[in-house]
Amino acid sequence: MAYQGPPVLELRNICKEYFGNQVLTDVSLSLHKGEILGLVGENGAGKSTLMNILFGMDVIQRTGGYSGEMLIEGKLVKYQSSFDAIADGIGMVHQEFSLLPDFSATENILLNREPHKRSFASEVFGERLDLLDRKSMVEKARIAISKLGVSIDSAMIVGSMPVGHKQFTEIARELSKDSIRILVLDEPTAVLTEQEASILLEAIKNLAAEGIAIIFISHRLQEVIDVCDTVVVMRDGKVVRTESSKDLTIAQIARWMVGREVTQHADRRQFDYDNTPTVLSIRNLWVDMPGETVRDVSLDIHKGEILGIGGLAGQGKLGVPNGAMGLFPAGGTIIFEGKRLPLNQPRAFLDAGMAFVSEDRRGVGLLLDESLDWNISFAAMQVNNKYLKRYLNGLLMWRDEKEIQKVALEYINALEIKCTSYKQKAKELSGGNQQKICLAKAFALSPRLLFVSEPTRGIDIGAKSLVLQALRDYNEKSGTTIVMISSELEELRAICDRIAIVADGRITGILPSDSPSEDFGLLMVAGQPMSMEEHA
Amino acid sequence: MNNLRQFIRSFGWPRIIIGLFLLSLFIIAPFVGVKVSTSLSDTIVRFGMNGVMVLAMVPMIHSGCGLNFGLPLGIIAGLLGGTLAIEYNFVGPVSFLMAIVFSTPFAILFGFGYSKLLNKVKGSEMMIATYVGFSSVAFMCIMWLLLPYKHPTMVWGYAGTGLRTTISTEGYYLHVLTNFLQFKIGKTFMFPTGMILFFALMALLMWAFLHTKRGTAMTAVGSNPVFARASGINIDKVRTLSVILSTWLGAVGILMYQQSFGFIQLYMGPFYMALPAVSAILIGGASVNKASILNVVVGTFLFQGILTMTPSVMNSMIHTDMSEVIRIIVSNGMILYALTRKSEVTR
Amino acid sequence: MSILKETGGQKFLGIIQNNAVPILFGIIVLIGIPLSGYSVGYLGQEIVVRIARNSFLIIALLIPIMAGMGLNFGMTLGAMAGQIGLIFMADWGIVGIPGMILAMIISTPISAFLGWMCGKILNMAKGREMVTSYIIGFFINGVYQLIVLYGMGAVIPIKNPALVLPRGYGIRNTVNLITIRKTLDNLFAIKIFGISIPIATMLVITILCIFVIWFRKTKLGQDMRAVGQDMEVARAAGIKVEHTRIVSIVISTILAGYGMIVYLQNIGTLNTYNSHMQIGMFSIAALLVGGATVNKASIGNVFLGVSLFHLMFIVSPTAGKNLIGEAQLGEYFRVFVSYGVITIALVLYEVRRRREKARGGRLLAQEQAENMEENT
Repeated sequence: MAYQGPPVLELRNICKEYFGNQVLTDVSLSLHKGEILGLVGENGAGKSTLMNILFGMDVIQRTGGYSGEMLIEGKLVKYQSSFDAIADGIGMVHQEFSLLPDFSATENILLNREPHKRSFASEVFGERLDLLDRKSMVEKARIAISKLGVSIDSAMIVGSMPVGHKQFTEIARELSKDSIRILVLDEPTAVLTEQEASILLEAIKNLAAEGIAIIFISHRLQEVIDVCDTVVVMRDGKVVRTESSKDLTIAQIARWMVGREVTQHADRRQFDYDNTPTVLSIRNLWVDMPGETVRDVSLDIHKGEILGIGGLAGQGKLGVPNGAMGLFPAGGTIIFEGKRLPLNQPRAFLDAGMAFVSEDRRGVGLLLDESLDWNISFAAMQVNNKYLKRYLNGLLMWRDEKEIQKVALEYINALEIKCTSYKQKAKELSGGNQQKICLAKAFALSPRLLFVSEPTRGIDIGAKSLVLQALRDYNEKSGTTIVMISSELEELRAICDRIAIVADGRITGILPSDSPSEDFGLLMVAGQPMSMEEHA
Repeated sequence: MNNLRQFIRSFGWPRIIIGLFLLSLFIIAPFVGVKVSTSLSDTIVRFGMNGVMVLAMVPMIHSGCGLNFGLPLGIIAGLLGGTLAIEYNFVGPVSFLMAIVFSTPFAILFGFGYSKLLNKVKGSEMMIATYVGFSSVAFMCIMWLLLPYKHPTMVWGYAGTGLRTTISTEGYYLHVLTNFLQFKIGKTFMFPTGMILFFALMALLMWAFLHTKRGTAMTAVGSNPVFARASGINIDKVRTLSVILSTWLGAVGILMYQQSFGFIQLYMGPFYMALPAVSAILIGGASVNKASILNVVVGTFLFQGILTMTPSVMNSMIHTDMSEVIRIIVSNGMILYALTRKSEVTR
Repeated sequence: MSILKETGGQKFLGIIQNNAVPILFGIIVLIGIPLSGYSVGYLGQEIVVRIARNSFLIIALLIPIMAGMGLNFGMTLGAMAGQIGLIFMADWGIVGIPGMILAMIISTPISAFLGWMCGKILNMAKGREMVTSYIIGFFINGVYQLIVLYGMGAVIPIKNPALVLPRGYGIRNTVNLITIRKTLDNLFAIKIFGISIPIATMLVITILCIFVIWFRKTKLGQDMRAVGQDMEVARAAGIKVEHTRIVSIVISTILAGYGMIVYLQNIGTLNTYNSHMQIGMFSIAALLVGGATVNKASIGNVFLGVSLFHLMFIVSPTAGKNLIGEAQLGEYFRVFVSYGVITIALVLYEVRRRREKARGGRLLAQEQAENMEENT
C-alpha cells in the first residue's frame, strides 16, 4: 500500500541502555496515517521499552534517556512525560486495565477530561468546582464508543462488566481524545473470548480507515497477519524484519521471533527417559496467580532430568511452580514420589522434599533486611531442623550460629558470591549475587526436586552463565531433578533435556531441547492445546 | 562527616532531639535546685515499673503485627490475675506470683482470640488493635461491676458488690520486688534491685526466645511474610504465638507497675496505657516492624527520664508544670514519626 | 464466565453481612426501648435534638471517605479549631448568631491550616491513614493544650477574667457559652405533635447536605472519587492525587470546626480540655452504625446512624437500671457498644476486602469444573 505524505510517526536509530545492558539497538520504523503496524517479538525483545520511549514514560528518563530520533508528522520530538505524548495525540491501551471499578464506562472514558460548566462557586474557587456536564459527557462517550463500532452500555459500572467490555472501554477512552492520531494496543485480545476478539479486530480496522495510525502488539500471530498492513519483528532489541503482512505465514513470523540459528550446545546430554521413573506428576492444575493464570496443566517429570518450562509472558508458565508450591491458590492433583501432595500448603511441598526458587527475588526469595547467613540457612533450619542445638530432649531448639555461619561461608565460596561478609544485608548485594543466595537457600534444603523460576532475570550476562552452570552442576552431582522456568528459550536450551511450552495457561507441547526454534515458536503462539503424548 | 550524617538519618532526628532534651534537663537540674540523684533514682524506679509493658511490644513487632495498640487487653488479663490473687487472700510475695499464675490463662485466652482477629485483618492491625483495646476495656467495665468478687478490700463497701475503681496492693504485693535486695547510696538514691532483676529476667527470656527456632521464624515473618511462607512457615500460627506472648507480657507488665505504684486501677484505668509503651519503644529506636531488647531498654529509660525530669525541672524553672503537655507532644510526635516512615521492607 | 454463581443462601448471607452493623443495632434498640420504659414522645424529641446537634459533625466525615482516606479520626482537629473560635467569641463578648458566625470565621483559617498539615502527613502514611489521623488527633491535642492552657492569657491576650484560670493565664476547664446557647436552635422552632423542631438548625444541616450532593457533582468531587478508587489510575489520568487528598481533609476539618460550633451552641457549655476528644469517636461510631463502611458512606447513613446510635445512647442507662438495677451498667454498656461497633465495622470491612480477593480462585475452579462437565 502506498501512503501519502510524511509518516505520522518515524523512529530513527533508537538505542537504549539499562544499567549497561543494551536493550534497544538502532530501531527504526515508520508508521503512516491509517496504517496498522503489527509489532511482534518474544518477551525481552524490546517491544515494551520501545513503547515506553514512544509514550514518554518516566522510567526512560530515570534510567538515562535514549539516543536516536523520534518524529511526529516530520517534527522532531522528545517527550519529558507521558502527558506530552498524550498532548501530541498518542494513545496507549495497556495490558492491565487502568480503569476505576466503581465508575461507569462514561466516567472512565472521560476521566479527568470531563466537560464541565461554570457554576457560582467556580467563579470564586476556580474551575475545579465547576459542575460536570453529564449530558455532554454521555454524548462524548457515546461518540467514542460508536467509533469503535461496538455496543457498550455507557452507564454501566465498569466493575460489573465482562472483560471484553472493559477492554473496549479502555480503547474508547483513547478515542475520546480529540487529537488522537496514534493508538498503541498492547495485547488487546489476550483477555478476550474469540468472539469479542473478532469484534475488536473489526473495530481496529474501522479506526484505521478513519485515519488513525495503529501499533498492534500481539502474541496471537494469526490476528497480526489478519489485521495488520505491516509486520515488524523484533528480537534482542533489534528490528529483524519489516514485512508487508501479505502472504506471511505464522511459521515464518515465529521463526523470525525466536530466530537465532540453533547453536549446538556441546555438553548436551542424552537423557534416558525410558528407564527413569516419573518423580512428579501434575494433573489438571489450575492456579489463580494474577497475570499468570494456569488453567489446565498436566505434566510428568522424570527423575534426574532438567525440564524447561517456557512460553511468553502472561501465559501462565510462572503460575505452575507458584501454584505447585501453594503460594497462590491452586487446584488439581500433584503426585510426588507416589504420594499425593496436599495443595496450598507450602510446608507440605517443602516437607515432601521439593524446593522452589522464586522469580520474585526481592519479594519472595530474600529477607532483604537480614544478613546473608540468615537468608541461606533459614528455610533449611525451619524445614529440616538443620543448624540447631537441641536441649531438654529437643524441646528447646537453639539457633546454632556457628553452623549457620559455616554453611553460609560454604555456599558463598562454592557459588562465588561477592559480598563483604556473611553478615552483610541481602539488600546490599547485586542482582546476580542475590540470585545465588536464593539458590544457596534452596540447595541447603537438599531437595530431591527443585523448581527454579526465571533464574537469570535482571542479572548481567556473566552472572547468567555462572547461575546456569551452578544449576547444571547441582543436577549432575546430587541427581536432583530440576524444573526450570524461563522466558528465554536459549537459556532453557542451554541446560534442559526437554522443554515444555505453556500458552494460555495450558501446555501446548513438550519437545527435546535440540528441536528447531521454529517449533518452539509455533508452540508459544499456539491457540489450540495439543496432547502431550505426541511430543513426549 | 558522612558517617555522622548517615547515623543521624538512620537514628532519626526526633530521637536525637529527645535525647538532647533529656541530657539538657539533667544538666540544668542542679542549677535550679533539683537533686540529680533523686531524679535518677525516680527514673530507675519508673523504668522498672514500665519496662515489661514496653517489652510487651517486642513479639508483635517481630511478627509483623505492628505496634501493639491493643495492650489494654493484656493489662486486663493482669488485672484479673491481681484481683483474683487478692480475692483468694494470698499475701506478700506469694500474691505476686499467684497474680502472674492467675493471669496467665486469661492472657493466653485473650491473646488467642485477639490474634484470630488480627490474622483476619493483615495490613490494618494497628487501627483495629486500638479499638480492640478500647472495646475490651469498656467491656471489662461492665464485668468489674458484675463479677462476683467478695473480698472486702476490693468491693464497694455500701453495696457489697462491684469492684472499687482503685484497689490498694498494700499487704499484698506492694513493693515485693522494689524492696528485694534494695540498696541506697546516700540519702536520696535508691536502687530497686528486685524490680530491675525481674525486668532483666523477662528481657533475658525474650532474648532467648528470639534465638530459638520459633523465635527465628517470628523475626522472619515480620521481616518478610511472603519469604517466611515460602520457607514453610505457617504465618498465622507464628503471629498467634506472638500476640499471646505480647498479651502475657502486658499482663505481667501491669502487675509490675502495680507492685511499685501501690494501686490496682480498674475500669477506665488501662484505657490509654498503650500509648506510652508504644512511644517508649519507638523512642528507643524501634520501627513499625523492627525492634530489639536494646530498643526497649534505651527507649524506656529515655521516655521515663523525660517524664520524671520535666515536671521537677520545669517547675523549678518557670513555676509551671507543663510536663503533661510535653508528654503528649513527645509521645504522639514519636508515634507519628514512626508511622510516616516508609517501612524499609520491600514487599 | 466472569460471573460467579452463588446460591440463594449465599446471596442472602451476603446481604445480611453487608448490613450487619445497622441490623445488630436495630435489634439492640428494639430490645432496649421497652426495657427503658421511655415514651415515644420523649424519644422522638430526643432524637430530633440529637440529629440537630450531631449531624453536622458526622457529615464532615463524608468527604475524606469519598477520597479513599477512610474514617477521618483527625476531625478532632477541626473540633479544636472550633473551640478556639468559641473561646475568642466568649472573650470578646459577641452574642447570639453574630457570635456563632464570628466563631466560625475565626475557626476557618485554623481548621484550614491544621487540615492542610494533617493531609500532608497522611500523604506520607498512605495505607495507614486511619491510625495516623488518630494519632495526629492526640498530637495536636498536646499543641492545643499548650496554647489554651499556657498560651492564652499569657502570650495571647484574654481580657475576660471569667475565662481565665485563677493563676492568671490559661483557660478554665469549662467555658460558659450561655450567650449563644441554643440561639440557632431557638431562632425558629416549631412544635409538631408536641415535639419541638429547631427549624433553623435543620435548615443549616439541609444546606450542608445539599452542598455535599452538589460537591459530588463537581469536577473536584469527581476527582476525589477517582483518587479514592485507585490513586495510580487517577495519577496516570493527570489528576493531582496528593493535592486532591489534602483538599478533602481540609474541607472535612473546616466542616468539623463548624459542626463543633453548632454542637456546642446546643450544649451550652464548653469543656475546654475534653469536649473535642470524644467527639471524633462518637461521630465515627454513629456513621458506622448507619451502615457506612471505611470506603463508602452516604447522607442516608448519617441520619440512620444518628438516630440508631443515640437511641441506644438514651435508652441504655435506664434499660440497664431497670434490668439489673444499676444505671452505671448502662453507661458502660453504651461506651462498650460505641467502641465495639467501630471495631466490628473495621474488621468486617477488612474481611470483605479479602473475600473479594479470593474470588479469582473460585472462578477458575468453576471454569474448570464446567469444562470437565463438557468433556465428559
